[in-house]
Amino acid sequence: MSQTDAATAPSSGPAPDSAVSVRNVSKNYGPVEALKNLSLEFPRGELTSLLGPSGCGKTTLLKIIAGLLQPSAGEIVIDGNTVTAPGPDRAFVFQDFALLPWASVIRNVAFGLELRGVARSEREAIAEKYIANVGLSGFENSYPHQLSGGMRQRVGLARALSVDAQVLLLDEPFSAVDEQNRRKFQEDLLELVRNENKTFIFVTHSIEEAVYVSDQIAILLPRPSRVSEIIRPSGFRNKGIENIRRDPEYLDIVDEIWASLRSYAE
Amino acid sequence: MTAFGYRLPAMSSLLVWGLLWEIIGQLHLTFFVPPLSQVIITLVEIIGTPAFLKALRETAIAFLSGVAASVLIGIPVGILMGKNRLIDEILLPWVNIFLSAPLTALVPVLMVLFGFGMTSIIITTTLFAIWIIILNSRAGVLQINRSLVEMARSFGASPLDAFFKIYVWAALPEILGGVRIGVIRAVKGVIIGQLLISIVGFGALFELYSSNFLMGHFWAVLLVLFGMAFAISEFLGYLERRVAYYAASR
Amino acid sequence: MPNRPLFLKLLSAVIVFGAWEIAGRIPVSYAFPTFIESMQALFRLALEGTLFTAYAETLKPLVLGVAISAAFGITLGLWIGLSARFEWLFAPVFIVMQAAPLAALIPLLVMAYGIGLTSKVFVVCIMAMPVIVLNTAGAVRNTPVSLKEMGRSFLASDREIILKIIIPAASPVIFSGLRLGISAGFIGAILAELKITPTGVGDIISYSRSVADYPSMYAAIFSIILLAVVFLNLLERLENALFEGNNRGYVSD
Repeated sequence: MSQTDAATAPSSGPAPDSAVSVRNVSKNYGPVEALKNLSLEFPRGELTSLLGPSGCGKTTLLKIIAGLLQPSAGEIVIDGNTVTAPGPDRAFVFQDFALLPWASVIRNVAFGLELRGVARSEREAIAEKYIANVGLSGFENSYPHQLSGGMRQRVGLARALSVDAQVLLLDEPFSAVDEQNRRKFQEDLLELVRNENKTFIFVTHSIEEAVYVSDQIAILLPRPSRVSEIIRPSGFRNKGIENIRRDPEYLDIVDEIWASLRSYAE
Repeated sequence: MTAFGYRLPAMSSLLVWGLLWEIIGQLHLTFFVPPLSQVIITLVEIIGTPAFLKALRETAIAFLSGVAASVLIGIPVGILMGKNRLIDEILLPWVNIFLSAPLTALVPVLMVLFGFGMTSIIITTTLFAIWIIILNSRAGVLQINRSLVEMARSFGASPLDAFFKIYVWAALPEILGGVRIGVIRAVKGVIIGQLLISIVGFGALFELYSSNFLMGHFWAVLLVLFGMAFAISEFLGYLERRVAYYAASR
Repeated sequence: MPNRPLFLKLLSAVIVFGAWEIAGRIPVSYAFPTFIESMQALFRLALEGTLFTAYAETLKPLVLGVAISAAFGITLGLWIGLSARFEWLFAPVFIVMQAAPLAALIPLLVMAYGIGLTSKVFVVCIMAMPVIVLNTAGAVRNTPVSLKEMGRSFLASDREIILKIIIPAASPVIFSGLRLGISAGFIGAILAELKITPTGVGDIISYSRSVADYPSMYAAIFSIILLAVVFLNLLERLENALFEGNNRGYVSD
């Protein structure tokens, strides 16, 4: 298996300009190296997956990009600016949804705008639009505990979309959602990437999911964490979503990734 | 909390409070608060005296009898309630009532029924401790993982086997949690009983010291009591954490 | 049977009160009146109005003490939960208080503050405060990390995180701390009346004991336990209604 550095990582197909650059980022927890000198480019308007076995630091990297964690060394550059804290240019979708249990769906979706000081009527109008977008019309006044896991994550997604950030950070968003809803979500996500013209950074541990939704896949390996490979599936993206899973290139990439990750399975 | 790069131990701030106590005492701000050093000297003086040892012995006997009664009655009753729906439905309202009832109000009844002696104090202690032990044992049995019981049955365990090899162990974290809270309540119960029936144990000692305005003595006894109560509660907490891994995996 | 729970509750009440009645009739002790005698005494006390004036007296230190404990306890608890420095300094005091038999302080309080209302309010406070403080602090500290991260990633200020995320998330546990504090306050209020000076319900209990009017004594004790249990039960129902679903809605269910 090749252990190429990110900068010289093989990539098939041309890379457009970067919305987010991770430059030589390290993160230590005491003596433990969670991330070591990691560099990675995230092309604008595309979806990049961070894929790897558990403990490879993919969520840590995502939270550093979000500004929720500080890197021990290195920097995150977004549109030419170094960022060290959360900003209006990024929105986060949480693995456990992170909905306010005491707030209705509409208040949850509008919460990001509420924190930005947008007037109530205006933010609720925006929230309603995105609630409709994710297919939850009619549930505006429901509470999180009245919704299924899949619906809750749609609320989390609508909240992230409603602040109109250029970069969406998704931390294993479908891992707590059942299989049927997950597939529907993946299809909707492809739709979103095509229509919204935002940059998506997507953390997952599912190989199939990564290959299905990604324009670019960064494979992270643990101990110490590093980018081992960057893959850009390109051949099957325009053949229609229902054909992806039986496309030979899709199957080949899934096999190839499994071959390089299987030694890390416990 | 860290200071100058060092992690301060969790309870170390009590030293700061002790120092504050000493300063207030040395300033002679109030007659009621003698300096901590003086209290500790008094403590060393009285700790071997017959009066103190008698109070300690009486309290320990009442406390241990009360706890033993609560545990020996409480755990089986709780397990029974967890396993039998009818018994549960009949007893549960009363357990809940006595759990939240102000049990101090019952002490006068115990005094007229059982006299001004050890019996009343032991019953008070038991009344304080037993309800939470029952309730927690019941909860422990109720939330035993179904598949654990089914596993035992599928491997041919008899009901008795299942009881001793599965139920008791699987409910152990909750039962121990209940015993810990019950014991803490028992400490409070035994003191409240002694205060109201003030001719035994520390209750009598308190009467004696406060009527003679022996502040140093008073605080010394309080220090011993609070220290022992805290030690008991921490020790039980430690035991409980040692079996907490049972609960983690279900 | 659709009303099985209600039926069984009634049945269990009948069994216990019936046993009380029978034990009183045997009698098991000269100081053990029957259930019916006690209830008659209770009605007499209520009709005479003695019971209500007594409760007005008993509830005064309880209400004052609980109000003071709630105000101080919640403020202090929030502070302890939010600041590691404060936690280091104050949490051990309340942890020791929680475990310690604080009732032993009563003789000292009486010496310092006399036998009036002040001492009684103090007794209620020392009983009620630790659980309120520790529950509040624990609830604040246990706010789900992902909710706080969510707030930060959507650009909430520290103040907004406290007001819009931490306090609402902690409020069910704070409320149940209050309920437990009130429960402990009841113990304190009665203890104060029995130990310090007999006033209010404590007076009825002590007086009827001294003149061997046992039915009145049992009636007074019955009424205070009933009052405490009913009140705490209502609080628990209110809690469940107010915070319905508040502890759910996370991924764990």
